[in-house]
Amino acid sequence: MTGRWLRERIVLFLGLVVLLYTFVPIAVVILMSFNDPASRNVYRFDGFTLDNWANPCVDPSMCSALGRSVEIGLLATLAATVLGTLAAFALVRHDFVGRSATNLLIFLPMAAPEIVMGSSLLALFVAAGFSGQLGFWTILIAHIMFCLSFVVVTVRARLAGMDDNLEQAAMDLYATPAQTFWRVTFPLVFPGILGAALLSFSLSFDDFIITNLNAGQTTTFPMYVWGVAQRGVPMQVNVIGTLMFAISIVIVVSGELNNRRRTRSLTR
Amino acid sequence: MSQVVEQGSTAGEGEVHSGLRLRSVTKSFAAFTAVDDLDLDVPSGSFFALLGPSGCGKTTTLRMVAGLETPTSGTITLSGQDITYAKPYQRPVNTVFQSYALFPHLDIFENVAFGLRRRKRPDVKKQVEEMLELVELGSQAHKKPAQLSGGQQQRVALARALINKPEVLLLDEPLGALDLKLRRSMQIELKRIQTDVGLTFIHVTHDQEEAMTMADTVAVMNQGVIEQLGAPAELYENPHSTFVANFLGQSNLIEGAVTGRASDVVSVDMHGIGVSVPAERCHAGGDKGWVGIRPEKVLIGEEGEALDAPGNTIPGGVVTDVSFYGVSTQYLVRMPWGQELQVFEQNTGRRRLFRTGDRVELSWRPEYAFLLDHSQDASAGSQRVAE
Repeated sequence: MTGRWLRERIVLFLGLVVLLYTFVPIAVVILMSFNDPASRNVYRFDGFTLDNWANPCVDPSMCSALGRSVEIGLLATLAATVLGTLAAFALVRHDFVGRSATNLLIFLPMAAPEIVMGSSLLALFVAAGFSGQLGFWTILIAHIMFCLSFVVVTVRARLAGMDDNLEQAAMDLYATPAQTFWRVTFPLVFPGILGAALLSFSLSFDDFIITNLNAGQTTTFPMYVWGVAQRGVPMQVNVIGTLMFAISIVIVVSGELNNRRRTRSLTR
Repeated sequence: MSQVVEQGSTAGEGEVHSGLRLRSVTKSFAAFTAVDDLDLDVPSGSFFALLGPSGCGKTTTLRMVAGLETPTSGTITLSGQDITYAKPYQRPVNTVFQSYALFPHLDIFENVAFGLRRRKRPDVKKQVEEMLELVELGSQAHKKPAQLSGGQQQRVALARALINKPEVLLLDEPLGALDLKLRRSMQIELKRIQTDVGLTFIHVTHDQEEAMTMADTVAVMNQGVIEQLGAPAELYENPHSTFVANFLGQSNLIEGAVTGRASDVVSVDMHGIGVSVPAERCHAGGDKGWVGIRPEKVLIGEEGEALDAPGNTIPGGVVTDVSFYGVSTQYLVRMPWGQELQVFEQNTGRRRLFRTGDRVELSWRPEYAFLLDHSQDASAGSQRVAE
């Protein structure tokens, strides 16, 4: 009797175990953000406090590293999204010499190990005489480079899946090329562009290997965490982690709610 | 009265054609010529069908009229105005696409309003509502295209094009994606709408039945050229080429040698049997030709039976296959020279059903036969793609 009960629920049970496995580390981060540590060297829940949340910037270098990461993330996202979207349009819509080669090469930054990309970029910067200027700008250049591939691939997929006839239909219905783009093409490709931008930001924000090689004296948030991990992570890092997690959840949930609302209004 | 006559004659002299006119239009893609030196006149207000197998150039022709392709050479004029190189958004032509191409991010109302809004027309709301009523979709205005059925989407595509009152409405296989039953009712619906609005419709299709039932003029296209153009009945009864004879319905084509040409009748020796074909139905110049006869024009009877068809009688047939359809029976009859001819017989009850192996005699009235050029392939146009 119990055997059958278990057999019928085994998939559900395994699913829960997998979810648990995924969420335990996040749960630890959230829990630790409320920790009142007795000692900096022992990572253990010693007592509940809101101090970490009240004063997240006890270590000012953490908050400046965080600010720098957000800044680099936003700038890299903006540049990579604009450039990548334009590149995707060119690759899908125009036939030019070297198109298939470009289509292939655009995958390289995604496929190559980060350590290879990072070290070859470093070699490039040093060879170009920028060894003294490694920092904010070299990190930004590196981030734009690896985000670009992801943007091109995402937007290209969206564009390729679009019915060519839609633009022809718009032109047939008296829309000029500019109107066709803004009224039909852009609204249809926009979800792809938005997705590419979100992906870019999260890739840039948590990149460590490439950044570390090209950062010089500059510290981003992942580098800060790596640095302090050797002498005991301040609990405020968990506050930032929890916040980041919460922001992602809010984005995902609101997107889903928006979808559901739209579907409901359609079936009404 | 005299004024009217005068106007008519000036229009003729000034070469102002009120409809659509294509002159020596050619479209080549790299090594392939899709449309070859095409001349075509579509009178305004007509329901015109471009009929042909896939790859015959009919869709390319349509796209050139829409402005979505530019001709390699030739001119296209609409009401006397040269539109050969006009942009698609600059010509008074709208298209119903085969895939409908409805804008998925806009609701039905906005899809239909699209053309009016681009041209900043007043009264958009009223016009769109009227148009949606015409296609019986008034209640669906705020749904997205994906929420509608295929037939409804088709009607939205039609409404979206019609609302602009184009001088020419182009329909690119608009019913191709619908199932048979829905297609029949949409055919009737389209015909009704065309009669109501009085616009010129150019309908591209590979379905000969659809072309014949809907259009008042059909142009049969093959390999980039128009084989024959005319009213459906004219095309069917008097095809000018083996392609038209086979593509529009079915034909028996029998090899024959021309033995004499009188002013009104051509005599042909068909494997030893003399038959005659009216001169105006003779489209072959040489001393050989294909005698054509539609299966339903062939009468079948017992050997020696006097059939109600003076003139062309062919004895010595053997029934090799019988397909009973209820309303009619289709026979395959092997002739003495080895060829199998098709015969459709209405099941009126006047004559008995023949069985496989029966010896029969075939006959037809001379005025139903036609004679085609012997240099043409007798099977051209018969390998239609099953769709």
